[in-house]
Amino acid sequence: MNSRADTLTSECQNTHQVLLNIQGLNFQYGALNALTGLNYQIYSGAFNALLGANGAGKSTLFNLLAGLLKPQQGELHFQGQPIRHLNADYLANLGIVFQQSTLDMDLSVGQNLHYHASLHGLSRKQAKQRIEEELTRLNLLDRIKDPVRTLNGGHKRRVEIARALLHQPAFLMLDEATVGLDLSTRQQLTDYLHQRCQDDGLTVLWTTHLIEEIQPQDPVLILYKGEAKYSGLSAELIQQQGVTELKQLIQQLTRAE
Amino acid sequence: MMPDSTILNPAASEHKTSPLFRPYNPGIAGYWRTFAGITQREFLRFVQQRSRFLSALIRPLLWLIVFAAGFRAVLGVSIMPPYGTYITYQVYIAPGLVAMIILFNAMQSALSMVYDREMGSMKVLLTCPQPRGFLLFSKLLANALVALPQIYAFLLIAYFVDVDPPFIGYLAVLPACLLVAIMLGAIGLFISSFIRQLENFAGVMNFVIFPMFFLSSALYPLWKMQEAGPILYAICNANPFTHAVELIRFSLYGELDLQSLLLVCSITIGFLFLAIISFDPQKGLSKGKKS
Repeated sequence: MNSRADTLTSECQNTHQVLLNIQGLNFQYGALNALTGLNYQIYSGAFNALLGANGAGKSTLFNLLAGLLKPQQGELHFQGQPIRHLNADYLANLGIVFQQSTLDMDLSVGQNLHYHASLHGLSRKQAKQRIEEELTRLNLLDRIKDPVRTLNGGHKRRVEIARALLHQPAFLMLDEATVGLDLSTRQQLTDYLHQRCQDDGLTVLWTTHLIEEIQPQDPVLILYKGEAKYSGLSAELIQQQGVTELKQLIQQLTRAE
Repeated sequence: MMPDSTILNPAASEHKTSPLFRPYNPGIAGYWRTFAGITQREFLRFVQQRSRFLSALIRPLLWLIVFAAGFRAVLGVSIMPPYGTYITYQVYIAPGLVAMIILFNAMQSALSMVYDREMGSMKVLLTCPQPRGFLLFSKLLANALVALPQIYAFLLIAYFVDVDPPFIGYLAVLPACLLVAIMLGAIGLFISSFIRQLENFAGVMNFVIFPMFFLSSALYPLWKMQEAGPILYAICNANPFTHAVELIRFSLYGELDLQSLLLVCSITIGFLFLAIISFDPQKGLSKGKKS
């Protein structure tokens, strides 16, 4: 099947600026191609959804963008500037929520957040203020002294989102952040982040295999076996491809195998 | 607490983040805050894990109180620097047991780094904007600081079994212990960078901790090893742990063993460099994906 990702025109280009431009990105684990010649634009102030089944290359792309993997080939430009691997300016503007929880279960919510603030060089006073702001927005301020171990899955995710936003990044990446959560909690999290994009101009990269988390106005990239297959606004893609929902596009890819 | 129907607290929606790209310039204060944060986390974790403190103490105390009591009748220690007179076996092995506390602490820290690399919390550390070398050094130094309360608790108990160095020794041993802890931490980190999976770590440690400890001057003076054979003596002499023990032994009695200090410093710098350049977060991430 030919990739249609490169040829699609999208309303995105008219309404949003490109925050991160990925060109010709390749990555292999030994002999296994995880990403092949990937071109992808992440739009500023939008909830960018990265869709794909397990093994599509979402987590590999995520780890490349987080600086945990080194690109073997290809270029990344952040706000038009080429970024080197582990560029400090880039990492300082990046908030990350990993698929597996990275909170310290033995420490309290506040201790976890203070630790993260210190990693970004925030003073005690700044950290306290930012922690209160983020926890207030997430309705979690009253749990600040509770050990993380005592929180439920949804609350732990909220703490991780608060943590990732503490240093006021321009770009927030979340890797399958709703895995293991119930439908209503998933809905709350995606609604919250859509709201942050709208209110604060935050750019979100949301990797998922759960199609129902995507809203019609969201820019979407569908990855399949390490290749970009479709990209564009969710509603636009459905219309252009003559399907009733995004799910059908993924089913078409799987059937063509 | 508000009901969970929506996460966004409307009352707080006036707070706005500034999502504009900002250049990162933490200054010295920023580096200090990062180091302080890493150290505070290590201490908080240590306080949470009381069993770790107990097991760190019980191991050397068994050696000091049980093993040394049995051996003092068999093994006499003649007059040798830094001791000015004949000493009991307990007195002889106390510095080696201090080094043993540091050794186990350092290897446990290396183990936790392998665990963190696999389970994720190391990713948080490695995706912050500070240089990776600085972050790893901070983590090693924080772990070294965590070893200090264990060492002083051991020395306090040892005082009651007639291990009573001069007061100045209690102060002089602190920088020596920190340096040794960084050296052993760097060795542990360097070894851990070659370990692909957590399960392999325990096996590797058996080939590191025990040979390092037994092939050193921790339990018996080097001249005893010389009597046992030249090869064994050469191995003990080449073992960095021997020089760590001697540095601690002399400093505990308020003296400086310059040769040990220079060797420990050189080995620390060498292994720090090797550990930092060979630390690769990709190892944990690529697990199981190559096939």
